[in-house]
Amino acid sequence: MIPVLGLIGGILIGLFLQPEVPLWLQPYLPIAVIAALDAVFGAVRAVLDGIFNDKVFVVSFLANVVVAGFIVFLGDQLGVGSQLSTGVVVVLGVRIFSNVASIRRHLFRA
Amino acid sequence: MSQQPAPETPPAAEPPAERSAWRMMFRMARPRATRANFFAAALALALGFALATQVQQTQQQGLEQLREDELVRILDDVSQDAARLGNDARALEVTRDRLLSGADSSAEALRAAQERLDTLGILAGTVPAEGPGIVLTIDDPDKKVTSALLLDALQELRDAGAEAVQIGNVRVVASTYFTDVPNGIEVSGVPVSAPYEIRAIGESATMASAMDIPGGVSESVRRLGAVSRVEQRKSLSITALHTLEEPQYARPVPGPTGPGG
Repeated sequence: MIPVLGLIGGILIGLFLQPEVPLWLQPYLPIAVIAALDAVFGAVRAVLDGIFNDKVFVVSFLANVVVAGFIVFLGDQLGVGSQLSTGVVVVLGVRIFSNVASIRRHLFRA
Repeated sequence: MSQQPAPETPPAAEPPAERSAWRMMFRMARPRATRANFFAAALALALGFALATQVQQTQQQGLEQLREDELVRILDDVSQDAARLGNDARALEVTRDRLLSGADSSAEALRAAQERLDTLGILAGTVPAEGPGIVLTIDDPDKKVTSALLLDALQELRDAGAEAVQIGNVRVVASTYFTDVPNGIEVSGVPVSAPYEIRAIGESATMASAMDIPGGVSESVRRLGAVSRVEQRKSLSITALHTLEEPQYARPVPGPTGPGG
């Protein structure tokens, strides 16, 4: 409940403040957001599987964000930034889909 | 969470299992004041903040954060658009020029038509006219002047170049006729009485001398015992109007160049 409230509060703060994204962060923020979403859905799935662990969630969240950002950074340095970004988005999207499918099966038996 | 492996959920029936999944969600959703939960909330807060920020950043996305190939593609698009719009603009300019010249020529045609209308209006007696001319006044105390004399006078004036003529209050047009009636003269059915005043617009000197030629109007009037007087004027206005009637039988024959030619 508290994390959900935190999510909603964060969205409201973002909408209210309308901050400018710094230039150095602009290539990484979308990938980081998607990686974090993957961690969140993975956490929900873990809750339903009965294997949720707060510490694992925090660590995987941060690790996902950092690794996703690092991959994009590396791709930019190698000159394949846009392709690698696409690859990361695809992989994370597939993971989010499978997690959501698992959650759906748990909750609705369908 | 993990310390309670859901003992009250027998995996036998589906409804209980489903209910247990929801129950587990609700149990997890209960606020717990643990440090890890606080961290999770902070991370969720950061995630929501980043999400909203990124969405807004995307909506107001400028060019500065695009990659080189995207910029090249956008530049290509813009160049193609510019070329296409340039072509459109040229075509529209051509159309506009054509329409403008068309408007010019139609204004020219309108002016010519107005001139024709004025000329024909003066000829037909439907518009007032003004210009130099003469006023011929015939005093006829003995009522000797006949319609034939007025007709002669009109004919002399026409020969001398009169362009618009008014006798009394009657505008003289092609269909004007003169009749003798017991008490005087009728012009186109309108009685006129002495002194007869004939106004004619044209070259005043020519018309005045035409009145005075031997055997002309002045002499004829004198012979009848009446008095005629010619007055040349620099500016004379003819205000009597003739009412046109739609011809009942005659129809115009279109010329080879059309009715406007």
